[in-house]
Order: sequence, then structure tokens, then C-alpha cells
Amino acid sequence: MKFRTFAIFVGPSVFMMLLFIAFPLISVFKQSFYVTQPVYDQVTVETCTPGFLKQICTSEVKSQPRLDANGAPVTQTRFVGLQSYRNVLEPDRAWAALSRWDLSTLLTIDFWKALRFTVMFTLVTLPLVLVTGLAIAVAVNNATKSLRGPLIFVSLLPFIITPVIGALSIRWLFIGDGIMTAFLEWALGHNISVFANAWAIEALMYFYRVWHVAPFAFVIFYAGLQTVNQDTLESAIIDGASRWQRLRYVVIPHLMPLIVFVSLIHLMDSYRVFDEIVGFASQAYVISLQWLTYDLLTPDDSGTRAISRASASAMLTMIGIVILLIPLLRKTWRDHKSQVH
Amino acid sequence: MSGPRALQQPLSLKIGSSAFLIFWCLVAAFPIFWIAVMSFKSPIDAFSSNPLNVIFGPQTRAAGRGLSALDIALGGAVVYAAARLSMGWLGRQVRALAPMGQIWLGWVIGAAAFALGFVIVFFGILPMVLNVLDPLAGPFGRDIIGLTTENYRAVWIDRGFSRNFVNSLIVTTGVVTVSLTVGTLAGYGLARSGSNLAFWLLIVALIFRALPHSVLVAGYLPVFINSAEILRPIMGDAAPTLYGKPFAVIAVLVAINQPFTIWMLRSFFQNIPRELDEAARVDGCSHFQAFRLVIMPVMWPGVITTGLFSFLLGYNDFLVTSLLLDASNQTMVPAIAGMFNRETTTTDQVQAVAAAVSITAPLFLLVMVFQRQIVSGLTAGAVKG
Repeated sequence: MKFRTFAIFVGPSVFMMLLFIAFPLISVFKQSFYVTQPVYDQVTVETCTPGFLKQICTSEVKSQPRLDANGAPVTQTRFVGLQSYRNVLEPDRAWAALSRWDLSTLLTIDFWKALRFTVMFTLVTLPLVLVTGLAIAVAVNNATKSLRGPLIFVSLLPFIITPVIGALSIRWLFIGDGIMTAFLEWALGHNISVFANAWAIEALMYFYRVWHVAPFAFVIFYAGLQTVNQDTLESAIIDGASRWQRLRYVVIPHLMPLIVFVSLIHLMDSYRVFDEIVGFASQAYVISLQWLTYDLLTPDDSGTRAISRASASAMLTMIGIVILLIPLLRKTWRDHKSQVH
Repeated sequence: MSGPRALQQPLSLKIGSSAFLIFWCLVAAFPIFWIAVMSFKSPIDAFSSNPLNVIFGPQTRAAGRGLSALDIALGGAVVYAAARLSMGWLGRQVRALAPMGQIWLGWVIGAAAFALGFVIVFFGILPMVLNVLDPLAGPFGRDIIGLTTENYRAVWIDRGFSRNFVNSLIVTTGVVTVSLTVGTLAGYGLARSGSNLAFWLLIVALIFRALPHSVLVAGYLPVFINSAEILRPIMGDAAPTLYGKPFAVIAVLVAINQPFTIWMLRSFFQNIPRELDEAARVDGCSHFQAFRLVIMPVMWPGVITTGLFSFLLGYNDFLVTSLLLDASNQTMVPAIAGMFNRETTTTDQVQAVAAAVSITAPLFLLVMVFQRQIVSGLTAGAVKG
């Protein structure tokens, strides 16, 4: 294919990605070093109150926003360097807390709180998703042929459901006297209130994510199981391998590329954890990095959006993504090099 | 399978495996099933601490809204008949009546007509017939399960959820059409070009796929809010404010989805043998003619699958739509988030549940119809790596 034809085919897509992905990235990077604020003028105002014989006049200096001809406040943008990053990271407080090994103080700072949850969320859910997905795949593969279709259908439901709605539906099972709370109260014999405990909410969020992603892992592993070499399995049986050994030494090595694939996708996706925070309304207890940026972008009570702080937090989130991707990129690069030579 | 004796499973393993599957299906389906049940009950029943009250809804029944055994039997029969008809008869009719080569159009029209007919029979004629029959049926005509559609009426009509539905429809239709058009071209180009540039484009797309969406929105937001001023030198007074415009959101979602779309379509195109378009080229077609005349007729499975995933992205999105659209043209998912933020009474909560079920219902149908495509789409990406 000639370069010109290739360019015409790929052009629109590349244009969209440049305009809506690459360009915003650059602009976020720039924004994070600037702050846009309304301009305030120092005005000396003299207020006089009528008094006997002589008026009592006081003059005070007030700052008021400068308005343009249309009555809209004039804003100015100025370069602040790393100030926005400092506002997000609060390095002085963080360092002071760290040097005292006082983690609870460190976790009162929004960014570190969000980072703690995001990293833990990613690391805790990953093995759970892999194990659950694999278990479902093996069990479905074991089931009667006629049952497999309905089983796959039911399994796909948690995956396909809108994430916010999925999180909500699980929340409604537990909220107030919801069925699960009622069940737990009956089983444990005392009153519990799930949504008053930060750890319980967090556990529910882990559970939701595993519930949501396990079907994806299942479908992929299930497809992989169909291509397991039957001869290898048979020779393993002849060699006297137990069921567990066959799974461990034949099936799992065969699935290894798929396990790596699922892990990668899951790492990328769970690092961006966001919908759970909205669905479980957990912002008072648990927040994630992406939610932090989202929160800074939503207008506060006075209607202003903290764009520069949001940009700084977005850039900090990016660093995590880069760290996640480096091993993947290095591997792809090596594969590509070996293909060329 | 060979070696039946060696592969035969001990009973304990069989039981364990089935028990695990039953448990998983329960966990997978229960939350969805339960909110569906809740949404049809009056608030007191829906949030009752006794699960039996939630299922049978005594308060709802006391309010005079319920189903008798006869209602359930007849309703079930209608649903069963409709399901049987849609599996067999509908397909035959479509194949018989649709003009050649336009079979998909026939399916669209046939499915729409069938759905309309079902709605008329199920919600129009059936209740009238049952109103007459119930008093005649004695004990079988008495209500046993409370059921009310009041919550749905409140959400869709009083709360204007239908407007959100239309907005969702606009956004998802836009996202699916544009991202498929742009993505198919790019996917084809990438699949047929072995150049280094194509490789690097795919790698950059992979990096873009990993970006958190809030990072990108932080880039759009200031530009979109001030776009009227920024674009004025170029477009004059017609310069639009992009903030709050559905088409701007469509463009954003298409771009966000593009990396995934081109990866997936590329892997589908690689499965279409190169010889096909090479033969067309030998016969004197240009690349575009080869694409249009030879590739397009055989690429539909891949396109449908990718379209499904684009649909899911547009339909399920919360972050982008909630930040870039204002309250007047909000889509369904952010609208429901606004609904449960002011959940003060149980009535509000049940209405939020009904809204949630309304959002889920189309997805449920989607899995029913396109299960195979979804599975093949999920695996296509994985196998190619």
C-alpha cells in the first residue's frame, strides 16, 4: 500500500486522536503551570455617616473584581510554575507526616488518600479477577454443552451493565435495611450499618469490581481453554498427572499469554477507577485519583472550577500510567526489533 | 473426548463444580434481578427489611395493584408465545419478504414491527381482557403479587427521564456511526499496511487507550467553555460554545474510543484474506474500490461487534457526559446520579431504582441478541494480543 493511500485511510482517525487526545494532553500540561484568576483592584472607598456638626468619614481599601464593558469579570492568567502541583501534593505536610511515620495524617491529604486507594484497588482486585475468571472458565468448560449458552449469558450481565448502575444495584442490596444487610443482621444477631464504615464500603467496591470484570476474564480464558492441546493433556494423564497438576502444568502455561493480556487490561482499567466512587457515593471516605481530577473540574459552590489544580492532578495521574506502561512498551519494542531483524 | 475413563470426574468434583457455577450465577444475576423486583413495588415494600415483603409486596397489593395467578399465567403464555414467534416465524418472514442483499434492513423493520405488536398486545389488549376475566376466575383472580408501574411513570413522565433518554439516544447513535466510519477506514489501512508507521500508530493508540478520561476532560473543559471566543476570529459570530453541545460530546467520545476501535477492527480485517483484495486489485480496482466492493460485504461481523462496544462506551459513560453536558441536555446515566444525590424519601429512591432498571433493560436485550458477537469481540482482541 502506498503511503498516500495509507494516509487517506488512516487520516480521519489520526486527526481525531490528535485533536481530541494529543492536543488536550499538551494543553493540560501547559495549564498545570498557569493559574487563571479574576483581576482584583484595590479601591479606596470613603464611607461617610451623617453625624452632628461633622460627618464621620472612614476610608478603607477594598478589593473588588475588575469588570469589563459587559460587566463580566476580567481574568488574567499568570505563570505560577509548580505552585499547582504543590497545592495538590502538599509536600510540606506530607513530608512532615512521613518523617513521623504518621500515615493517618498523610492520608488526610486528598492526593495521597486517592493514591493509596487507587494503588490498593488495582493490586487487590487483580489476583481476585484472574482467579475468579479462571475458576468460572474451568467450571463452565466442565458443564454440559447445552447449559453453556445460558451460563455465558448470565455471566455476561455484570460485565455489560453500566458501571454506575452496577455499583448502585449492589449498594441498594446493602443500604439501610436492604436484603443483604438484613441477612447479615440475622446471621450475626446484631445491628449493622454497612455504609458507616470506610472499610466496608471499600470492600464492597473491591467486590463490585471483581463482579464486573470477572466475566471478561472468564470469556477470554474460556476461549483459550477450547484450544488446549488435547494430546498434551492425554500424555499428562498417561504420565499419571493429577487433575490439579494438569491444570497447573498444562492448562495454565497454555493460557499464560491470555493471563498477561487480561492483567494488562485490568491494570489500565482499574487504575482509572471512578464509577465506583459515584455509584457507592463514597467520596466522604474513599476517593480515587481520577475522581480527584473530576472533583476539581466540577464547579464548586461559587461556580468556579479549579482548572489548574485539576490539570496538575491529571498530570500526576499520568505519571502512574507511564510507570504502568513502561514494561509493556519495552516488551513490544523488543518484539518489534526481533521481528525486523 | 478421548480416554473416557481417565477423564471421568469423581462425583465430588462434579458437585463442587456445579455448586460453584450455581453460586456464581446467583451472584452475577441477583443484584440485577433484585433491583428489577424492587422497581415494581411501592416504596414501603421495596425497602422492607423482610425479603418476602419485597417479593410479594403486601402494601402494593393493598393499594389495589397486583397480579393474580391468572394474570401471571396468561402473561407468561403471551411472553412465551412471543419468544417462540421471534425465534422461528419472524426469521422466516424476514427472509421471505426482505429484498435480496437487504436482509439486515428487513431485520430492523421486522424487529421494530414485532416489538410494537408485542407492546400493543401485552400492555394494551392483555390488561383489558384480564380486567374482565379476573372477577370471573374466583380464587385464581385474586391478587397474589403486588406490582405497580407507578415508579416508572413518575420517572419517565414527571421527572422528564424521556428527555434524558433522547439525549442518550443522540449521543450513542452519533458515537457508533462516526467511530465506525472513521475506525473501519483506519482499521483497514492499518491491517493492510506492514509499514513501521502503522506499527507506531498502533503503539501510540495503545498508550492513548490507557489514559484516564478525566485527564483529557481537564484539557477540553476550558477550551469548550471559551470556544465561542477562541473560534470567533475563524468562524465569525457563528462560533459556537462547545460546552453543553451533544455533537461536541460525540466527537470527544469517538476520539476516546478510537484507539480501541482501530485495534479491534484491525484484528478483524487481518482475518479477511489479503488475496481477496489483491484479486480485486488485479482486476483493476483501486484501493478504495477494493475496499468498497470486496471488503465491505464481508466485514459486517467485525463491524457489528466493534459497533456494540462503541455503543457500550457511549451508553455507559458517566464522566465525560456529566462534565461536558449541562443539565438541560444530560444523558441518562449522569441524570440518575443527580436523582439519587437528593434521595431524601424512599419514594425518590424507588424512582431512582426504576430509572436504573430502565437504563439496564436495553443492555439486557443487547446481550440476548448479540451474545455471540460480544464473546467473539472480547476474544478477538485477546488472541491477536
